[in-house]
Amino acid sequence: MNWEVVIGLEIHAQLSTKSKLFSGAATSFGAEPNTNTTLVDLGMPGALPVFNKEALRMAVMFGHAVNAEIGMKSVFARKNYFYPDLPKGYQTSQMDDPIVGKGYLDIPMEDGSVKRVGITRAHLEEDAGKSLHEDFHGMTGIDLNRSSTPLLEIVSEPDIRSAKEAVAYVKMIHSIVTYLGICDGNMAEGSMRCDVNLSLRPKGQQEFGTRTEIKNVNSFRFIEKAILCEIERQADILEDGGKIVQETRLYDPDKDETRSMRTKEDANDYRYFPCPDLLPVVIDQEYVDAIKASLPELPSQKAARFQEAYQLSEYDAGVLSASRAMADYFETVAATCNNAKVSANWVMGELSKLLNQSNLDITDSPVSATALGELLVRIEDNTINGKTAKSVLQAMWDGEGSADEIISAKGLKQVTDTGAIETMIQGIIDANAAQVEQYRAADEDKRKKMIGFFMGQVMKASQGKANPGVVTPILTKLLNG
Amino acid sequence: MSIDKQDVQKIAHLARLGLSDQDAEQYHHAISSVLDLVEQMQSVNTDGIEPLSNPHEATQRLREDIVTESDRREAFLKNAPQTEAGLFLVPKVID
Repeated sequence: MNWEVVIGLEIHAQLSTKSKLFSGAATSFGAEPNTNTTLVDLGMPGALPVFNKEALRMAVMFGHAVNAEIGMKSVFARKNYFYPDLPKGYQTSQMDDPIVGKGYLDIPMEDGSVKRVGITRAHLEEDAGKSLHEDFHGMTGIDLNRSSTPLLEIVSEPDIRSAKEAVAYVKMIHSIVTYLGICDGNMAEGSMRCDVNLSLRPKGQQEFGTRTEIKNVNSFRFIEKAILCEIERQADILEDGGKIVQETRLYDPDKDETRSMRTKEDANDYRYFPCPDLLPVVIDQEYVDAIKASLPELPSQKAARFQEAYQLSEYDAGVLSASRAMADYFETVAATCNNAKVSANWVMGELSKLLNQSNLDITDSPVSATALGELLVRIEDNTINGKTAKSVLQAMWDGEGSADEIISAKGLKQVTDTGAIETMIQGIIDANAAQVEQYRAADEDKRKKMIGFFMGQVMKASQGKANPGVVTPILTKLLNG
Repeated sequence: MSIDKQDVQKIAHLARLGLSDQDAEQYHHAISSVLDLVEQMQSVNTDGIEPLSNPHEATQRLREDIVTESDRREAFLKNAPQTEAGLFLVPKVID
């Protein structure tokens, strides 16, 4: 049977506030256990939450970026469940009146089409603490540093139809929250986590099938792989006439499979009700408009500008605008060397290659954007050719100095003096009489292949410094006699 | 009578409270009479009335995003029966 996959995503983005959602404790990552806690985060009787202004502003920024309705009156609710890393016995979240309502995102796909994904809502909530199941004499250790850290839970409509679309959507959300500066986007540290709701239905059927939820997938690659293996698992069951059990599953990257988390005896009953400790959050139009006016250029706007201003292809513009750091780097290189296309090729090509090899982010590149721009200037003005430039970049990467210093120290300046080149080529022709004879006896097609041998000799003799644009016509002229 | 005794046990379980059969009987009556009152209130027509999320006619005050609290871990850990390596220890939970 031909199955259609239906996916909806819940993304938890940790907001980059300095202090917690409801207390004045720090939110810093990697602090010693339980040192970033207050009476509020520990759920001590009588301790009352006070809402962080910055978390509100960040949530409204996100709402604008996904074309959403902003909740002028939002209400915090208690989601009740029992777990030791949640000492209050409830998570403060939002239910009926979230801060961000319905919106959507348009996502450009690789094949040039545009996928629209609806955003159901985005609401503010506090994170829980962390349980450490290592061996503490058969007990569990509880670290409440993360307790009350602000999260924005972004819920999509079940509009996604493939693993590719899911990854493109998550990348777009990642790009937006990092552009806005409201989340550091570090998935490895858990600053962005993703739950995948997935079901299959026969193609053409209207009703959804039974879904499963894959919890806490924490990288783009794992999202894709988790979806692919869950599709296969569900299809196998359905093809055999079986039924999907609605349950929560975990993705195991080592075994590349999803497996059921222990099924709970009763379905979760969170008994939501409005939090009596927090009053309704009411904002006015002036506040909402001021935040809208303060938004930075968003990834899609930047991509459009790159195509327009730099004449880049849609694909190149998309790659270069995916992260704000990458976009800023590219623009600095382009401004320094004054050739956007060459800059784009080098940033996406050689530089990205070096970064990937060392597993570095562009913000940690040992070669600054200005330094790369200065190297590209030397290609543009014919001081060196592209091949030499690659070795200069490697030397810059290794900390040997600026492009000009390396070119001068290693004597890499390209020879463009036609007289000197002609003398050198004549020497090579004289030294290779037999090959020259063969060349002269050959027909046009063969000659084209044979000229490579002489070109190689010239480059060898000049240590790669001869300008190929100058060499080719002289070489052809002298070979033809 | 809107709920049965099994519902009472379920509610107790969600709050991790252990109820004896005798307790359950007693709570069954108490909760049921509250729910009967709610049922009476259900008959009121509430069309067009905005749900009340808080009885106070006030809105939430906001806090500046400033770290105002410093580390008081040692004091906090003293409240716990068992601690180790800066962690609170609780009976093993794997979910």
